[in-house]
Amino acid sequence: MTTKPKATKAQLAEQFRTFIDPDYVITDDETLKPYECDGLAMYREMPMLVVLPETVDQVQRVMRICHENDVPVVARGAGTGLCAGAMPHKEGVVLSLAKFDRIINIDPIGRTARLQPGVRNLAISEEAAQYGLYYGPDPSSQIACTIGGNVAENSGGVHCLKYGLTVHNILSVEMVTADGELINIGSDGLDSCGMDLLALITGSEGLLGVVTEVKVKLLPTPEVAQVIMAGFDSVEKGGDAVGGIISHGIIPGGLEMMDGHAIVAADDFAQAGYPRDAKALLLCEVDGTEEEVHEHIAEAEEVFRKLGATSIRTSQSEEERALLWKGRKSAFPAVGRISPDYYCMDGTIPRRYLAHVLLEMEKMSDEFGLRVANVFHAGDGNLHPLILFDANVPGEFETTEAFGSKILELCVEVGGCITGEHGVGVEKIRQMAVQFNDEELQQFHDVKAAFDPTGMLNPGKGVPTLKFCQEYRSIEHKQHKHEQTDGAHG
Amino acid sequence: MADLTQQLQEQVLQARSNGQKLNIVGGGTKSFMGRAAEADAGTLSLAEHTGIVEYHPVELVLTVRAGTSLKEIEEALDAEGQCLHFEPPHFGEASTIGGTLACNLSGPARPWTGSVRDQVLGVRLLNGKGEHMRFGGQVMKNVAGYDVSRLQAGAMGTLGAITEISMKVMPKPAASATLVQEMGMDEVIEYMNRRAGESKPITGACWVDGKVYLRLSGARSAVEATAEKWSGDVMEGGDEFWRSVQDMQHEFFAGNDVPLWRFSVDSTAPTPDVEGRWFIDWIGSQRWFRGAVNLSDLEPLAKTAGGQVSQFRGGDRTGEVLHRQPEALKAIQRRVKSSFDPDGIFNPGRLYSWL
Repeated sequence: MTTKPKATKAQLAEQFRTFIDPDYVITDDETLKPYECDGLAMYREMPMLVVLPETVDQVQRVMRICHENDVPVVARGAGTGLCAGAMPHKEGVVLSLAKFDRIINIDPIGRTARLQPGVRNLAISEEAAQYGLYYGPDPSSQIACTIGGNVAENSGGVHCLKYGLTVHNILSVEMVTADGELINIGSDGLDSCGMDLLALITGSEGLLGVVTEVKVKLLPTPEVAQVIMAGFDSVEKGGDAVGGIISHGIIPGGLEMMDGHAIVAADDFAQAGYPRDAKALLLCEVDGTEEEVHEHIAEAEEVFRKLGATSIRTSQSEEERALLWKGRKSAFPAVGRISPDYYCMDGTIPRRYLAHVLLEMEKMSDEFGLRVANVFHAGDGNLHPLILFDANVPGEFETTEAFGSKILELCVEVGGCITGEHGVGVEKIRQMAVQFNDEELQQFHDVKAAFDPTGMLNPGKGVPTLKFCQEYRSIEHKQHKHEQTDGAHG
Repeated sequence: MADLTQQLQEQVLQARSNGQKLNIVGGGTKSFMGRAAEADAGTLSLAEHTGIVEYHPVELVLTVRAGTSLKEIEEALDAEGQCLHFEPPHFGEASTIGGTLACNLSGPARPWTGSVRDQVLGVRLLNGKGEHMRFGGQVMKNVAGYDVSRLQAGAMGTLGAITEISMKVMPKPAASATLVQEMGMDEVIEYMNRRAGESKPITGACWVDGKVYLRLSGARSAVEATAEKWSGDVMEGGDEFWRSVQDMQHEFFAGNDVPLWRFSVDSTAPTPDVEGRWFIDWIGSQRWFRGAVNLSDLEPLAKTAGGQVSQFRGGDRTGEVLHRQPEALKAIQRRVKSSFDPDGIFNPGRLYSWL
């Protein structure tokens, strides 16, 4: 958004307070402070003001006022996002959907749930459990993150290979457009006529509209789930084992991999009994009916054994399954204990390049002088390298960012992408220029304009301006040439 | 097997400069769908733009040119024990993957496996400016940029010519069995929905002519145990039955005299009370109807059932054939269309009269 807002902070607050509980129109710095960032706290900006409407009508009125006055709007769920997608705009309004936290209804026969956008991801499955149902996507932040945010980011989790992402698990959304109109996208049927706007909205990072209701599909809870933990003495063997399972025709409910650094950190933290000398650890969960799980577990153990597993352990009880997962699920805080700070990256690669990418990353680690631990959603190729750094050391965060940037470029180079599930937001806006050319980026801008002609929704996120990209590419190019020249002289 | 990208691009650029419209055609087996194609438009043929570009069974990812036939793709996958598990309908040997995506067509397994749209990981697309662009990729998870790839599903080529598709493929199930029993249309909706709510290897649930058919597929032991536990007789020739549903070769679909209507609705909704013959698929989410009625007669019934209706085949195809859209959504879709195809070159009026 390039035009200056036509209303002052005081004028806007006064207008909002005529229809929103004045306590929920926040203007003072102290109360605004918690909204200055999302889960990626390195990026901060104080908003002009924050509103917490309680009805859809109020959301529409906020949007209309902001639209008339050229005021940017940044919608916000629980603020657990990891790409600064919910970072405020300094001249804008943060529209918090926190008050929309009601599960409107669950249809146990039709296996669906109607939800307000502020319902927490885990709360859906907790409520559906009484009917033997659950909601598929389970991002690591599921205890806190909300379904509205999940739609904005097209969130995944550890079960994506088998159960899909948010886009595969929603039926419809109700959305307020940039100019305050209420529309419904999708239906109670599985397919809808016309363009698939639901796909376009999912993962659009709050740039196309504000979702005020979501209808999701629920799945029957598997009868049984068992997890195999398999250790390997090299990353290559671990990677081969992932391919081996899939080639065998088994689609695991979850298939996770950790490298040596992550194994030790996680085991120290969770005492899960991981093989601490292994260079790669696989957690392979099989779920389904009793017979199916029994059959597939036996086959999977055999595959791992043949492919050189140095240790294999299969959970024999729910407690043991929970313990084996505990290490993986606490890998991030565990790594947090061995370093003052860590930066979580989110690239995706074709699985066959795993060993190559990890090896290259080790080289970069030496080059940048920063350690890196890897956890990997191996089933769907989503890497989460954790770069360890100390924010108190001047310049170290900048080095970390440069390292991270190189990792993402490597992902693109092998045919992958710069973000698997965290989104672009502000964080990865530079790397968009690596993954897309100018024509493609312009097409994204044109799609955005079809929904939001004035550009008031979450400006500055998701898609970089072409000018910015050209600058970024030319800096990269110059550096590259410079390195080559140095090499020639050296 | 040939890469005709450059030729296609030149044709689009030329059409643009000549102010000509283009009908995009693949194998030509789905010309009965959508509104009638504009007669004086030229043809952009993808039929020769064929071939598997990349296929790595271990990645579960296939990249193909849009004109590649479903037959060729399925043969290549079959050799590796894999399949297109959304079960695309073949309307003849020439049916292509590009047309399948553009029309968003999926078979009986769709409620469990997802649709063709759900399997798409990336596309290459020629837009109305003749720009050949790449969206998405070859990986399962990719949230960089808007999901332009899945937007193509059901857009019937109105946004551009899809030239290449990357999609997820899956292992073929080890075993399958079909259970059949007699049941009335009133009871079957709840019956199918309750079965779908159980954690069992079910991948098909349909009803026609007073009989309900449930397909089980997956690990052999699980299929056998469930077939034992659930009511119904194990059907001889179950695979052939499902193939006839997938390809719409079942007797219900035969003939062109009576229009074929497709309801896409809430799986639990009661079947609309209207005179004619019904085929219920997808646990109740997709209901086929044969009857000489008008779109405007059926739209309110579909709406009550939580969804939409379309005139899938037959009848007058010069008026609207898809459930009509509210003004606000029309406006957005018009703008999305012109963001891809500012001069309205591609498939004019094929999806809706106003697109």
